[in-house]
Amino acid sequence: MTNSRDYWQGFKDGTPFILLILPFGAVFGIVATESGLNILETMGFSVLVIAGAAQFVALQMMLDNAPVLIVLAASLAVNLRMAMYSASLAPHLGAMSWWRRSIVAYFMVDQSYAASVLKYEQNPDMSHSQKFAYYMGVVTPICPVWYMATWAGAALGTAVPSGLPIDFVVPITFLALIVPMLRTLAHVIAALVSIIGVLVFSFMPFNLGLLVAAVLAMMAGAETERRMTRARQGQV
Amino acid sequence: MTFGTAQIWTVIIGLGLGSFLLRLSFLGIIGNRELPEWVLRHLRYTAVAIMPGMITPLILFPQAAGGALDPVRISAAVATIAISFLTKSAVLTIFGGAAVLFGLHFGIG
Repeated sequence: MTNSRDYWQGFKDGTPFILLILPFGAVFGIVATESGLNILETMGFSVLVIAGAAQFVALQMMLDNAPVLIVLAASLAVNLRMAMYSASLAPHLGAMSWWRRSIVAYFMVDQSYAASVLKYEQNPDMSHSQKFAYYMGVVTPICPVWYMATWAGAALGTAVPSGLPIDFVVPITFLALIVPMLRTLAHVIAALVSIIGVLVFSFMPFNLGLLVAAVLAMMAGAETERRMTRARQGQV
Repeated sequence: MTFGTAQIWTVIIGLGLGSFLLRLSFLGIIGNRELPEWVLRHLRYTAVAIMPGMITPLILFPQAAGGALDPVRISAAVATIAISFLTKSAVLTIFGGAAVLFGLHFGIG
């Protein structure tokens, strides 16, 4: 493989997220089997869906005996952000074959998206195949660990000690993704609008407040960039 | 749970297929077409527009702590941000943040 350097760089950048994927895959496996799913069904979720938050929402609503269509609507709403990730990756990976774009789509999770888009923006000279190799490198330590951890949780069961603040590994790993993105004033303003927006629109159902906040934050970031560019050009 | 096998697999396959189509959506539709500059300018802020909002409720109102501000978790979040700024390293940030989290948990609790 000619792009092995990019692949291994991605692998290295994806590896620390094992600290997140391992406990949460295991917790999903444990909770799913305790809810009455067999191992095949539990693995079906983690292999066919690969989206932790949406899987937990679906499981919770199945436990509440919600109608199938409502379960699907609520859990897919959690994954609507993936369409925004898809749009954001399109300028970088859209020119590739359908086969490769489908692989990118299947493995699209928060970590692979965030690590890749940061890399691409810092290295605009990367070729399509280098970008694809980097992406595959990031997902290599993440997605297989998600499957294996789910299986271990489902098969081995209740070994996780309760009372640990393990839930907070989620925001910690996301902070490790977010802070490096705050490269300009426009990025900082977009992040602030996102935070304020999600609090203001928290009354909206199905997690839709997050999407409204995200759209407003993208507009705020883009507008800040436009004004800063114009101000710079005005000075020249 | 009163879900039967058929219903369970309907949810799994429906959610899997739907998620895949959401992930493929714009990658598939846009393909190699050039996007206008104003669209690209908005897309550059996608990650930073979604992820901070995603974790804000988890940091401020953690369900595992009864949905109230929790000094251990807030301190760990502040420490994580500081480590990330200072080290610029995801590995050090994640392991450092987790060390502060569990250290405070066992120290205080």
